[in-house]
Amino acid sequence: MHAHYYDAHDLPRFGEIGKDAPALAEKFFDWYNAVFAEGALTEREKSLIALAVAHAVQCPYCIDAYAQDCLRKGSDVEQMTEAVHVAAAIRGGASLVHGIQMRNHADRLGM
Amino acid sequence: MGSAAPSAHRVLPTLQKRHAPLAAGAEQRGLLHRVPVARSFEDALDTAGLYPLRATGIEILQLNVGKKCNQTCRHCHVDAGPDRVEMMPEAVVDRCLEVIESTDIPTVDITGGAPELHPRWRELVTRARAARKHVIDRCNLTITLLPNYAYLPQFFADHGVHVIASLPHYRQKGTDTQRGDGVFEESVAALRRLNALGYGKPGTGLVLDLVTNPVGTFLPGSQKALEAEWKRQLLRLYGIEFNALYTITNMPISRFLEFLEETGQLAEYLERLVTAFNPAAAAGVMCRNTLSVGWDGTLYDCDFNQMLELPVDPRVPRTIFDFDLEALARREIVLGPHCFGCTAGAGSSCGGATAV
Repeated sequence: MHAHYYDAHDLPRFGEIGKDAPALAEKFFDWYNAVFAEGALTEREKSLIALAVAHAVQCPYCIDAYAQDCLRKGSDVEQMTEAVHVAAAIRGGASLVHGIQMRNHADRLGM
Repeated sequence: MGSAAPSAHRVLPTLQKRHAPLAAGAEQRGLLHRVPVARSFEDALDTAGLYPLRATGIEILQLNVGKKCNQTCRHCHVDAGPDRVEMMPEAVVDRCLEVIESTDIPTVDITGGAPELHPRWRELVTRARAARKHVIDRCNLTITLLPNYAYLPQFFADHGVHVIASLPHYRQKGTDTQRGDGVFEESVAALRRLNALGYGKPGTGLVLDLVTNPVGTFLPGSQKALEAEWKRQLLRLYGIEFNALYTITNMPISRFLEFLEETGQLAEYLERLVTAFNPAAAAGVMCRNTLSVGWDGTLYDCDFNQMLELPVDPRVPRTIFDFDLEALARREIVLGPHCFGCTAGAGSSCGGATAV
């Protein structure tokens, strides 16, 4: 048993998730590759979105993979930092906007 | 952005100036060979059915006319800089011109250092063009803003020189990080001057290509996708146009090798190159149709072997003075672990990706 939950060497082993469920994994990876192919959005734009989402879901594997991918696809660190701020703003905003729910409850319960 | 005046870029001393051990090609080769990798380049080629790798002809004569440069880019495989004094001597220039004028090699590719600093650079261009050669100048752009070299853009245009210029990124930070403070702004000014003369514009026949090296230890992405992005952004941000973008992988040689070693990333980077070996890219490597001439007249398979002091196979002529087209056109290429840099991913060459 490892003494830690996350290991950088596990990232290149992602494909092993297909063991014992190869048909499902194949569907996932085919879909995944199709999602990131150039379409209405460029590959670079999709990679920046992935980087932002990686921060929102706080996945260190995804942050590792998409920091590299963004650089390879021509983004620079300033653009990547702005993408992370977008993720952070949505996360922060999502918390804050629920404050309206809090206020609704408080208004209902209060005098 | 206002008009850029030539500025004193952040100039770093070269490896040679610092008496760094890695200034010597043998030291670089030794370091590269000591890094354990999953397989040798020869083995990788063998599995692709390409070993031994042979030249397929000589379509490009690449002349490295000297190591002097007005910049000291951090990734430079030449270890070029203002403190370098190596310049192609008269006798070698004369012999190169004889070869250019007496053979049907179609392309002359002039590089350095900043090749335009060579006192006979104009003569090389003029005579090669008179011999109906396609002439490429590998230009760092900022040289065209120095007072004594402000004539260059018009000279390029007058002689139909194909300009290949370095611009690692379409934004300032990445470019200045790799090439020195102030380089981006001057590069934009230089590109605007070239555009004003018709370079990079449709229908003019004046070709302006850009080269991007990753600003770091990652591999370049799709050349086609990056070209589309570079075109869109340079036009949007600066009104600049160009013809093609070439992606070139940073080679673990010279100053980039020192950077990898100092930051503890050498093994990881080589592993990245080895893992990304692409047989299709290997089939199209530039050494197969290029002959590289060093400043002193020594012949090499490519500019990278030149900096590692690895001349062509000893069974063929090794200097321009003994030039023999037939023998050199079918020579066996000299290989090393650094060659994985040209075969990683979509491949890399002086003309960009080799398996687009």
